[in-house]
Amino acid sequence: MRHFAIELEELKTKLLQMGGMVEAALHRSVRAVVDRDADLAKKVKEGEAAINTMEMEIDELVTKLLVLQQPVARDLRFLTSVLKINTDLERMGDLANGLAKRAQSLMNYPPLKLNIDINHMSSLVESMLLKSLDAFLREDADLAQQVLLSDDEVDAIRGAAYGEIIAHMQSHPADVRAGVELIFVVRNLERIGDHATNMAEGVIYMAKGVDVRHNSKTLV
Amino acid sequence: MQSKVSSMSSPSFPTKMHIEPHSSGAATTPTSKEAKMRAANLNFFYGSFQALYDIDLEIQANRITALIGPSGCGKSTFLRTLNRINETIRGTRYTGEVLLDGVDVKSQDVTALRRRVGMVFQKSNPFPKTIFDNIAYGPKVNGMTSKQDLEVTVEKSLRRAALWEEVKDKLQKPASALSGGQQQRLCIARAMAVDPEVLLLDEPCSALDPIATLKIEELLFSIKDQTTIVIVTHNMQQAARVADNTGFFMLGKLVEFDRTEMIFRNPSKKETEDYVTGRFG
Repeated sequence: MRHFAIELEELKTKLLQMGGMVEAALHRSVRAVVDRDADLAKKVKEGEAAINTMEMEIDELVTKLLVLQQPVARDLRFLTSVLKINTDLERMGDLANGLAKRAQSLMNYPPLKLNIDINHMSSLVESMLLKSLDAFLREDADLAQQVLLSDDEVDAIRGAAYGEIIAHMQSHPADVRAGVELIFVVRNLERIGDHATNMAEGVIYMAKGVDVRHNSKTLV
Repeated sequence: MQSKVSSMSSPSFPTKMHIEPHSSGAATTPTSKEAKMRAANLNFFYGSFQALYDIDLEIQANRITALIGPSGCGKSTFLRTLNRINETIRGTRYTGEVLLDGVDVKSQDVTALRRRVGMVFQKSNPFPKTIFDNIAYGPKVNGMTSKQDLEVTVEKSLRRAALWEEVKDKLQKPASALSGGQQQRLCIARAMAVDPEVLLLDEPCSALDPIATLKIEELLFSIKDQTTIVIVTHNMQQAARVADNTGFFMLGKLVEFDRTEMIFRNPSKKETEDYVTGRFG
């Protein structure tokens, strides 16, 4: 195998490792919220530093390869996509960390009786992340496309959840603090979905050379 | 002088993650205990013309060192001091030292030196012999007579040069029948056949197409575990791709010498930055 190809494979493996770390953080933070599990919330916060370090290592590696290998065509698209996906993953790690903090706060209040299915929303978002990573691994634009479709559903759930929470806060002023925390939970989950969407767009660009961001279909 | 290079070691070579600012002042050569060759205070003259000024540069063992710079900057002259091949040019002389494993090359038998420090030139120059005889020539001169030993050496050398699969069925054909890229790999195989400790390459790919160039570059990666490599190249991208360390020469001076990544990412000298970004030269 070409020397450069080996280095690209190493980078790919590293990004997937980063993805695995973020997946674990997301799953734990959601469980911490739903199951009111303080230990899991603590674990998420403890894991953030490792994700940040990994982000820097990946950036360093990409920059090195850009400088030394002067990549072109699919190699160039791969490297620029990795840079962006790396940033998305790190932001998802931050948002998972935010979820863990909200989980800790929510434990100070009794559970709210709301018709919001956090489990459903989070499993959608987790599935988006998983599919994005899988699509990246296989350079599979079709799978990435599925992620983009899921984002609309997540946005719709977020909108409905906001309405539900606000209505509850209006009728139960004593629950406002817990309600605000819950709004942040929903918001963070939706933002994680947005980052998974960005990742999927990156994969489509990498695999097909087509920029599908902002509803465009620009061939580059 | 026969001092060991390790005894002259100054601060170790920058590590992968070093973030210290570059030192200011004249180009300094990062040193390490792994030095295979070293030029110290080297000044070189073609008659009255001084081609190199006070060069201090260390060639690390089992690394690829690239020398870059505009035409006439002295990089090839420097390369040719490493195995004393400049001595074939009348009127040349130098002051300072060139050390191989800490021993001054001047004090060594020149034939023995060139066996240890092999060279490949810009233009491939196979002997007007068969492919087999091109490779077997060096080992024969060095006393290898057994047909079986020669066959083993020829195959090993051609494999190391990633040429074996392409020529194994035509070893008795003239080397001149090979393509340019194959001839250059043959020359590398020929140089490798006597197991040199250091291989000097003077623009080995400048006459080759990108595919042949890639093959040579991959070949360099595959042999650097066993051989210390110094390559002069006009092609900065090639230096970036293959070299661990890079030295930038200009007007006979070593402007900067550092890890290749630093030279192309964050050089310490403005002249280097101007050159690698194409602002001059």
